[in-house]
Amino acid sequence: MTTLEFMQGNAACCEGALAAGCTFFGGYPITPSTEIAEQMALKMPKRGGVFIQMEDEIASIGAVIGASWTGARAMTATSGPGFSLMMENLGYAVMTETPCVVVNIQRGGPSTGQPTMSAQGDMLQCRFGSHGDISTIALVPSTVQEMFDLTVKAFNLADRFRVPAFLMSDETIGHMREKISIPDSVEIIPRKEPKPGMLIYEAEEDMVPGFPTFGKGYRAHITGLTHNERGYPEATNPELHEALVRRLVDKVESRRHEIADYDAVNTDAETVFITYGPSTRTVRQVLHDHPDETIGHLNLRIVWPFPEDTLKLFPNAKTFIVPELNLGQMAREIERHVTGQRVISMGRLGGTIHTPAELYDKVQEVA
Amino acid sequence: MSTETFGKWYREDRLPHIFCTGCGNGTVMNCTIKAVDAMGWEIDDTIFVSGIGCSSRAPGYISTDSLHTTHGRALAFATGVKMANPDLHVVVFTGDGDLAAIGGNHFIHACRRNIDLTVICMNNMIYGMTGGQGSPCTPVGKISTTTPYGAAEPAFDLTELAVAAGANYAARWTSYHVAELIKAIRAGLETPGFSFIEALVQCPTAYGRRNKFRQVGEQVEYMRSHAMLLQKKRRLEEQGKDVPDDMFTVGEFVRRYRPALGVRK
Ligand SMILES: Cc1ncc(C[n+]2csc(CCOP(=O)(O)OP(=O)(O)O)c2C)c(N)n1
Ligand code: SF4
Ligand SMILES: [Mg+2]
Repeated sequence: MTTLEFMQGNAACCEGALAAGCTFFGGYPITPSTEIAEQMALKMPKRGGVFIQMEDEIASIGAVIGASWTGARAMTATSGPGFSLMMENLGYAVMTETPCVVVNIQRGGPSTGQPTMSAQGDMLQCRFGSHGDISTIALVPSTVQEMFDLTVKAFNLADRFRVPAFLMSDETIGHMREKISIPDSVEIIPRKEPKPGMLIYEAEEDMVPGFPTFGKGYRAHITGLTHNERGYPEATNPELHEALVRRLVDKVESRRHEIADYDAVNTDAETVFITYGPSTRTVRQVLHDHPDETIGHLNLRIVWPFPEDTLKLFPNAKTFIVPELNLGQMAREIERHVTGQRVISMGRLGGTIHTPAELYDKVQEVA
Repeated sequence: MSTETFGKWYREDRLPHIFCTGCGNGTVMNCTIKAVDAMGWEIDDTIFVSGIGCSSRAPGYISTDSLHTTHGRALAFATGVKMANPDLHVVVFTGDGDLAAIGGNHFIHACRRNIDLTVICMNNMIYGMTGGQGSPCTPVGKISTTTPYGAAEPAFDLTELAVAAGANYAARWTSYHVAELIKAIRAGLETPGFSFIEALVQCPTAYGRRNKFRQVGEQVEYMRSHAMLLQKKRRLEEQGKDVPDDMFTVGEFVRRYRPALGVRK
């Protein structure tokens, strides 16, 4: 059974989190993400969960990580300035392999920038923002339905890989209202428990150790220092550090094609749009208005880890056009993976999204 | 401490610890373990949380689940643990820099929320771990690597700060006052809401050496001879008598039962 609703993107994100069994939300208000905190404040207590407004975003992500160690599915939501503040503790979540979901309803930056306008300027920050080498998972919705679906998915991926998962949305989708269908229940992939006899940070074949929930007798010491398989600090051993960080990165990167979530349309085309988030909608409008098969479209719902094999779905591609609400952050990644094809970055700033005419004109120009 | 208690609460496979010879942190850790043990709490329902610093290394030697977090943020993480599972007893170890400099905002807000945590601050009046820089608790005139001509800024009184910000329990003792410290920690563990225990500790390596305490014993003796009971200070003040400048107060500053957050139902 499903229920049909007309709903705002941020509200759908909150509904997705609750459906996924999120029982802890810690946050700090910031436009254009605030509705998520407000909805959580309203709904969490009625379900026996915890909503807490922390003193800042550093505390918000700290509390989320703490809650996660008690076994709770925990989440925070923010936008650019708050996201920047979270970077150190996000690195801690990576190093300690703490599952958590961070929603970033992106707005124009740098700095306070354009609080009420749309942007995708944090796409590299969510990948590289914390110090040290890391790999995390980033999902990008382009509809209100996907705000719900991908929030659920973010929790499952975070738990499965024991990483922070980022829902990298933006003001456009966060504040848009659309029809969505909410299922009675969603698929929940629970955290893997440690196998008897295994050490706290002893990884299984999938490179992910079982999660030793606090209070269950595992007696885990968790530290952001480089640690051995027992979880004990061992910060000056070069081999140990390299092996640990490589595992943290590889457990995600080596599964990028399994994690990938995308639509590939008109795969014989020579000119192909690659989009995520709002520009996906614009390209769909172009294809609707010009229903020919010469324009290809790759829509990515998961951008990190970057699924470069999806580029090969377009064997005739000569040109990839990448419209995004930044100065070419994902275009730069795509350029790393192309095999001779031209990559045209259509970066856009200012807070409004591309128009179908602009995108169609670009196709004509390229052809 | 009986060998039985010691063996129960300490990870013997991690000893010896990193604290320098003569450091006061070990004493405070032992006092805490005695108080926790006296509460009858079990290893598997007690969680230790800390930030970054020498003092914050303490949880790594204790057998319970523990979270050694980022510099200054222990109280934010502890808040998440406690709110998400109020059945767990959550105890925080922190240092003066961790708590009052980088973590100052979390400190006053945790006190204001009066969240049910017990926080033990090992105040060595300096940044020990990074080699002796000035902290918000370095007394005026004292030498650190970043106050080579003597600290010019006034220091925080952490315990008064906890009282003003709303903590249900606040006390200050030193690593010399072992019996009193254990009692105070025990009282903090018993009191619902935010409990703050400041333990002044000697740090021979980063503080003592630069501030005319050539032997460990000298700084411990200083703490003994310069500690004045809060009641005595108040009495002197009431009588209009002078309180010597170089004395600091110890004792229980507040014990009250205001509504608290995260208390086990
Ligand atoms: C964000 C950040 N800034 C700076 C540091 C470096 N650092 C590590 S410990 C420390 C000070 C510790 O002082 P205190 O909290 O008083 O603990 P102590 O070592 O004296 O017990 C600093 C500045 C850090 N780890 N993280
Ligand atoms: S530097 Fe000071 S606080 Fe740190 S372990 Fe040594 S004596 Fe103790
Ligand atoms: Mg210190």
